[in-house]
Amino acid sequence: MMMLTIAGKELKLLFASSLVWIFLAGMQLVLAWVFLGRLNTFLEIQPQLAQLANPPGVTEVIISPVFSVASIVLLAVTPVLSMRLFAEERRNHTLAMLISAPVSTSAIVLGKFMALMIFFCLIPLLIVTLAISLLTGGTLDFGLLGSNVIGLILLAGCFAALGLYISSLTSHPTVAALGCLGVLLCLWVMDIVAIESESAAHHFSLFRHFESFNIGLIDSFSLVFFLLFTITFLVLTIRHLEGERLNG
Amino acid sequence: MFIDVTSNSPHPVIEANGLSRHFGDRVAVHDVNLKLHRGDILGFLGPNGAGKSTTMRMLTGNLAPSSGSVHICGTNLLDDPLEAKHHIGYLPEIPPLYKELTVDEYLRFAARLHGLAKTSLQIALDEVKQQCELNDVGKRLIGVLSKGYQQRVAIAQAIIHRPQLIILDEPTVGLDPNQIQKVRALICELGKTHAIILSSHILSEVESVCNRVQIMHQSKLVLDDSLDNLKRQNMNLENIFIQLTAGNTPTGESVQ
Repeated sequence: MMMLTIAGKELKLLFASSLVWIFLAGMQLVLAWVFLGRLNTFLEIQPQLAQLANPPGVTEVIISPVFSVASIVLLAVTPVLSMRLFAEERRNHTLAMLISAPVSTSAIVLGKFMALMIFFCLIPLLIVTLAISLLTGGTLDFGLLGSNVIGLILLAGCFAALGLYISSLTSHPTVAALGCLGVLLCLWVMDIVAIESESAAHHFSLFRHFESFNIGLIDSFSLVFFLLFTITFLVLTIRHLEGERLNG
Repeated sequence: MFIDVTSNSPHPVIEANGLSRHFGDRVAVHDVNLKLHRGDILGFLGPNGAGKSTTMRMLTGNLAPSSGSVHICGTNLLDDPLEAKHHIGYLPEIPPLYKELTVDEYLRFAARLHGLAKTSLQIALDEVKQQCELNDVGKRLIGVLSKGYQQRVAIAQAIIHRPQLIILDEPTVGLDPNQIQKVRALICELGKTHAIILSSHILSEVESVCNRVQIMHQSKLVLDDSLDNLKRQNMNLENIFIQLTAGNTPTGESVQ
């Protein structure tokens, strides 16, 4: 209940800023661009594909790459959206209002997380609407589409929880954004390292796990990894805020 | 409304015993005791850095005390914070405002945050806007309002859920003389049915509004008395304040 109140307030603040609308427009522009580019390629190679015994379908050629681009865009967007969640509350001294109210720390953290996730869910929604337009000329692989949507939402959950935690550490939104971007880039670089060697880094790369969803493979290890990652950072955020009350 | 739910309760609205707080080696607050009943308006005074704001943060659950206890309407703030916080309205030194929200949106959020149900929300909103004279700015963004309006929105936020205990940290800062008069009148009005802790640097304000006064100096309470008592002894608050706190020696041994 309190969680919903907090989430509602966050969404109101989020959509009150022009930033979010610019983001959504920019995002749609990038996604549509990639989408059209892939569509073009598909139409060009269609005759060759027809000769293959088991040709890749539209979803595989067009939609999967769009999701893959969306995951990178998410990496760039998360720091800017998550930075204000706690850092700005602290800078504007509004955190005191939330803490003096009869609301538990976990409700505050989960409410903010929920608001960010609702916003992030708009991204797969935009891609799904793009995909649906393909139905006019053919059929879609809904299984692959579904696995991509789930993968992107889980990835967004990890990013959101991480961003929330970093935002709770500081009272400067810029520091929070840069810190979050830094950590996310590290995770991305880890992905490149993981390609070269079959090291332990392989298991910790978020993008590596997303890739299996991207090709339509709902790997239970990846699923659990995503969920654990998200829960870990949410718990860390709650712990940090409570520790602050105790230690000043 | 639900003001009267605990009116017959035997507990004081707030009772704090032996409240202390250290930040590392530095003692910010040492052994502060406080007890207020309904109808008490406490003037909480002290020079800057005496530990007033730290004490208020502890009384509102923003900071855990190093030792000591706080009971709000009989509920232990540390053991059952959610229940105890229902009875507190807090206006911090810097008003906690979301500048991108309208006054109505913000006050609705404040009310919901304190668990007001949908039905009583509209009534509470109308009432508090009436009290704080915010009727004509309900649809405007907080960020574009003048300092005086913003301060009144912040006061409205602290009282919208009709808490038993209202803690106001310098509520009249930034208001013009007319508004100060109105806010003081509002505090007096609220003080009849609530317990109020008012921190201020304006001694005349404390003299005109409060019935009790506590002075903090160098993290300790140096005075805890009723204003009537002081008047009876023909003592002027300003003289007392200067006498108790001017000896700004590092050791602070001049005070009892």
